[in-house]
Amino acid sequence: MSILIDKNTRVITQGITGATGLFHAQGAREYGTRMVGGVTPGKGGTYIDGFPVFDTVKAAVEKTGATASVIYVPPPFAADSIMEAVDAGIDLVCCITEGIPVLDMVKVKHFMIGKKTRLVGPNCPGVITPGQCKIGIMPGYIHKPGKVGVVSRSGTLTYEAVWQLTCMGLGQSTCVGIGGDPVNGTNHLDVLRLFEEDPDTEAVIMIGEIGGTSEEEAARFVKENMTKPVAAYIAGVTAPPGKRMGHAGAIISGGKGTATEKVAVLKECGISVAASPAEMAQALMKVYKP
Amino acid sequence: MNIHEYQAKAILRKFGVPVPDGHVCYNSAGAREWAKRLGDGPWVVKAQIHAGGRGKGGGVKLAHTPDEVRNISREMLGMILRTHQTGAAGKLVTRVLVEKGCTIANELYVSLLVDRATSKVAVMASTEGGMDIEEVAATTPEKIFVETVDPLVGLTAFQCRNIAFSLGLTGKLVGKAVAVLEGLYKTFMACDCSMLEINPLVVTAENDLLALDAKFGFDDNAIFRHPKIADMRDYDEEDPKEIEASQFELSYISLSGNIGCLVNGAGLAMATMDIIKHYGGDPANFLDVGGGATIERVTEAFKIILSDKNVKGILVNIFGGIMKCDIIATGVVTAARQVSLGVPLVVRLEGTNVDRGKEILAESGLNIVAADGMADAAQKIVQAVKGANQ
Repeated sequence: MSILIDKNTRVITQGITGATGLFHAQGAREYGTRMVGGVTPGKGGTYIDGFPVFDTVKAAVEKTGATASVIYVPPPFAADSIMEAVDAGIDLVCCITEGIPVLDMVKVKHFMIGKKTRLVGPNCPGVITPGQCKIGIMPGYIHKPGKVGVVSRSGTLTYEAVWQLTCMGLGQSTCVGIGGDPVNGTNHLDVLRLFEEDPDTEAVIMIGEIGGTSEEEAARFVKENMTKPVAAYIAGVTAPPGKRMGHAGAIISGGKGTATEKVAVLKECGISVAASPAEMAQALMKVYKP
Repeated sequence: MNIHEYQAKAILRKFGVPVPDGHVCYNSAGAREWAKRLGDGPWVVKAQIHAGGRGKGGGVKLAHTPDEVRNISREMLGMILRTHQTGAAGKLVTRVLVEKGCTIANELYVSLLVDRATSKVAVMASTEGGMDIEEVAATTPEKIFVETVDPLVGLTAFQCRNIAFSLGLTGKLVGKAVAVLEGLYKTFMACDCSMLEINPLVVTAENDLLALDAKFGFDDNAIFRHPKIADMRDYDEEDPKEIEASQFELSYISLSGNIGCLVNGAGLAMATMDIIKHYGGDPANFLDVGGGATIERVTEAFKIILSDKNVKGILVNIFGGIMKCDIIATGVVTAARQVSLGVPLVVRLEGTNVDRGKEILAESGLNIVAADGMADAAQKIVQAVKGANQ
């Protein structure tokens, strides 16, 4: 088992005729994901490297039975693509696109109220259930099927955690990159709740960073509701206030959202916090006996 | 992206938000002329730099005659202004804003921002104008009032009135406050702001409202649809290394330490800085080469890191996923040769084709220390830099 995606998930790519979209659609297919087609307005009815292309998400869903969509559309148009997928009733949308205007995302969030779709991202690496389904840009081979869930705002830092786990012989149930933007679809808490409910996830690594209070809210959920062990790492202890560190979310405004404050709350909630990014898997092993 | 106060006020004026009459001046004679044109004094002369705390640093002064405006402007123009936000180096003042003074009866605070918790725009107001809002939030949170805006409906009149009454405004000031708040919301949405702060919003002796200072934060992701705002960017206010980096799509932020970092991914870059500090070193920068780093970009990244004279060593930390390690290794070797690297270089590679990547580094004949894992890499560079200093 796993969360969000598994071997039955049927995936379409929005922006499939772009270089990035096609490259990652091919990568996902090689990994074994059921990549059933793609969408590029104006190119419906054609094929690209064996993938059927549709004009609209609605048409793609009708013809392919897709249940998930991954978005590689350029930032000025990406918010519209998310809403199109939501309107077509897709279960899961992963938006990889980086650089979507934040007020566009405010509209998207409003549009999604009352709809059944779950959005992961934007500005994220995607979601992978090792050995079954890979949606996004992460390197598949560093993963190994297993029982540890991973949730993170950062892409490469997720790979780092996954690699540490894999090197210790610990596989992963599902790894979710929720993205680094201030307004996004799914937060740490949402994913922790799914991991708690998933019978095949035994423990969780949560990776956070400076800015916002998503990690603190997740930590309180861990304390009150989670039966499974959780380890964490928070990036940005050394980040100076007021500077934007690549991710739009990674900015400390005033005293709120510093790494030190977050670490203190996490520890208070019984989470095993890694002292350095090299010790994420070790921090988990302190509270989890596989 | 940030803009100057006089630019911010010009935008607000356009959206009907009342601001003091004033004009930007580049020399003292012009400042004197503008003071006369603005009408009777007193006037306020304000140094235009991208940093807060200007008043305490001597960048905001009151003048009672046009000659005094000239004299103050002469002192300010060309001076290095140091505030708690500029750091010790300070910033050169090349322009001043000459404004009509006003008599202040009360100082308020208003700001708009995108609230991450609700994914909506929020309006925040406080009776404690002129103070640092973070401090108000920490000491007297009951003096901060918040209204969350429905994205479909926008900021409503009743929400504006709620804020006005919370601020203790009465009579005609309530209607004036509603107009100011609606103007600020229009500005915020039309300009794709991430933050808009009016501190202070003053009640004058004449019972009018005036935005005495204004600070805009624009959403960098949305600048593409605001070419006029993009034109307001003042490159003199920014670190030249950061400007150069942005031209090569590198995300670079200069810091005060001596270990240069070159990393792929923002999160890993922050984590790399943290682990350097964890082992007793001090990072000189944040640098994210992004997912699609080419040899050219890696070379540029090296040049930018090395143009910082404080750098005594470099740590490259790459988790190659899509990016292959042999390509990164070739980039590092090419770059190190091109810039004739004179400081210790530690490279940690992980991911696709890692063995081939390590071979390329070893075969290069360059003085490159290979590391296994982040901890090993951080310890090695901290050691190397300490050794070089002794």
